[in-house]
Amino acid sequence: MIEVLFFARIREQIGTGSLQVAWDDSVDSVERLILSLVAREGALWADALQADNVVVAVNQQVCDKHKHIVSGDEVAFFPPVTGG
Amino acid sequence: MMTLSNTVRVQSDDFDVGEELAQLRGHNAAIGAIASFIGVARNTNDGDAVATLELEHYPGMTEKSIEAIVGEAQARWQLLGATVIHRVGQLLPGDQIVLVAVSSMHRGEAFQACEFIMDYLKTRAPFWKKELTPEGERWVDARSSDQGSADRW
Repeated sequence: MIEVLFFARIREQIGTGSLQVAWDDSVDSVERLILSLVAREGALWADALQADNVVVAVNQQVCDKHKHIVSGDEVAFFPPVTGG
Repeated sequence: MMTLSNTVRVQSDDFDVGEELAQLRGHNAAIGAIASFIGVARNTNDGDAVATLELEHYPGMTEKSIEAIVGEAQARWQLLGATVIHRVGQLLPGDQIVLVAVSSMHRGEAFQACEFIMDYLKTRAPFWKKELTPEGERWVDARSSDQGSADRW
């Protein structure tokens, strides 16, 4: 199982804040997770998750899309941060 | 042996700056300087009136990333303590958003560490602002000047 989280503009674009994805051995990187979500959910998700400025975090650490994932990981997608 | 007293909080409630600074100071007679920064919600942004500000965050990662930033500041400067409080939820113009306060033996370290923590928080801690303007709601875009400020360090 992979816990997937979405924040801010991305959460609003796709209309969901979190979902659980059943573990699949062939979906073993963030990049592949994005492709499988887009294949399943369609164009709206492609726009949200494949935008240039999307930030990815695995287990609450920012990383790039090539990051390897394993079952039990928490993967988050969000726009550039604007706190402070 | 120096004892570091760090406070990191993410909360919807307001905070009392005087109380937080007194807490940071405690009874530590080694402290010679305390520098603080308070971020406040403005009533305008990009030329438009802002009625309310909504702050979203990533619970868990937010606290972790602020603690990592404070840790990095402590690796760069000799600090005696640090306090970072960031609010989330709905805020109005004039409301306090964030407090960064740092204590050290001398002012140079306190000033620099305070600015460093704030610059890093702006570009690394997972918070997002949404503002309500006369034209409706809009997400605030990240500014390249903020990235530039963080890159200086």
